[in-house]
Amino acid sequence: MANNMAEEVKLFKTWSNIFGLRVVWALKLKGIEYEAIDEDLSNKSALLLQYNPVYKKVPVLVHNGKPVSESLLILEYIDETWNQNPILPEDPFERARQRFLAKFNEEKLLPTIWAIFTKEGKDREEAMAASVENLKFVEEELKGKKFFGSEKIGLADLVFGWMANLIGIFEEVIGLKIVDERYPLLLAWMQEFYELPVIKDTWPPHDKMIIKYQALYENYHPAK
Amino acid sequence: MEGAVVLLDFWPSMFGMRTRIALAEKGIKYEYREEDLRNKSDLLLQMNPVHKKIPVLIHNGKPVCESLIQVQYIDEVWNDRAPLLPSDPYKRAIARFWADFVDKKIYDLGSKVWKTKGEEQETAKKEFIESLKLLEGELGDKAYFGGENLGFVDVALIPFYSWFYAYEKCGNFSIEAECPKLIAWAKRCMQKESVAKSLPDKEKVYEFVLHLKKVYGIE
Repeated sequence: MANNMAEEVKLFKTWSNIFGLRVVWALKLKGIEYEAIDEDLSNKSALLLQYNPVYKKVPVLVHNGKPVSESLLILEYIDETWNQNPILPEDPFERARQRFLAKFNEEKLLPTIWAIFTKEGKDREEAMAASVENLKFVEEELKGKKFFGSEKIGLADLVFGWMANLIGIFEEVIGLKIVDERYPLLLAWMQEFYELPVIKDTWPPHDKMIIKYQALYENYHPAK
Repeated sequence: MEGAVVLLDFWPSMFGMRTRIALAEKGIKYEYREEDLRNKSDLLLQMNPVHKKIPVLIHNGKPVCESLIQVQYIDEVWNDRAPLLPSDPYKRAIARFWADFVDKKIYDLGSKVWKTKGEEQETAKKEFIESLKLLEGELGDKAYFGGENLGFVDVALIPFYSWFYAYEKCGNFSIEAECPKLIAWAKRCMQKESVAKSLPDKEKVYEFVLHLKKVYGIE
C-alpha cells in the first residue's frame, strides 16, 4: 500500500475546505502518502497560482510535479492511477450513476442548502423548498443500500460526505433543522459515514468550524 | 454491448449534439427522438425525473443523463473503437478538465451574449472570447484537442460552433477575428462526417435564437 519511492504526491487545500477533504478521503482510502499544503486563500501561494492558473482555487493535487485541479476530476484521477480500493464501480451504467449523483450534489443539493445558509425571507423559503426536493431524491437513492456506492463507499459517498459534518454545523449556527426525521436513511448514512475509520479523524475541529461559520453567517445576515 | 439505443434530444441542443457525435464516432445505430420541450414526453419525464431535461440516452431500457456523462458511458461501453478519452490517467484528467471548463464557461457566456444588451453584453462578449482564447491555448498546434483524432474536448466544444453565427449576429462581433485558430479547428472538425451530421445548420440556429428572443421579449 505504501508508495513507490519515486512517487511524490502533494495536496493543496485549506483546513476547512470540503472539496479538499474529499481528496484527503480518497488518498486515505487508497493508502497513498502525500504532503498536505494548507493555503491561506486571502494570500494564495505562488505555487498554487502556478498549478491552477485557470481557477486559482483549491484543491489541487500535484503528482510527480503534474497538477490536477477540480475535486471531482482529482477523485477520478486518483482512482485511475491507484487501483486498490476502487472508488468507481466497473460497470459503465453504475459508473454513470455515480457521476450523475456527484453532479447532482455540485449543481443542486449543495447550492440549495448553501442558499438556506446565506439567504433570508422569501429567498430562504425557496431554498428550503428546493432542498426538500433534493433531499427526497437523495433519500430515495439510499433505498436498499448501505452506502451510495452500495456495500462500500464510492464516488457519490465521498461527494455527499460533506453533509455528515457540515449539515450539523449549519443547523447549529442557523438554529434550523435541515435534515430531519423525514430522511431516516440519509440520517443513518450521515452517522455511518462520519464514523468510518478512514473518515473520522479527518474532520476539521468542530469548535473552529462553528466559529468560522458563525462569522460567515453574520456576514450574510448583518444585524440591523 | 449491443442492445437498443434511444436518444431523447432537441435539435438545437449543444448538449444533445455531443452525444450524437459520440454515437456517430462509434458507429452506433440508434433511434433519435425529437422532444418538444414545451410538451415533454412521458418517456422523458420517466427517464429523467430529476432534471426533466434532454439529452437522455437510453440503452437497453436504462437511462443515462447529462451529456458528458453520456459521452464517457459511450466510450466505456463501446471501448473497442474510436476512443474518445486517452488511456493515460493524467491525459484523461486534462481532457476532463477542459471539457468541464467548456461546461462552466461557454454555455452561460454564450447565452449572455445573445440574451443581453449594452454593457452586460459587452462584458459577456469579452469573457466569452477570453474563454475561447484559453481553449485555443490548450489546442496549441494539435489538429484536434484529442491529438490526431477527435477526443473528449473536441466533442464537448464543437457543438457550440453551430451557435457561433447566432452569437456573432446578436453580439455584432466576429469570433474568427479574435480566435482564428479555434475557427480553423472548428472547420477541420466539420470535415468529419460524425460532426457534420450532428450539427444543425447555423442559419436555422440563428432563426431559433430570434424566435426565442421574441418569446422572451428580448430585443
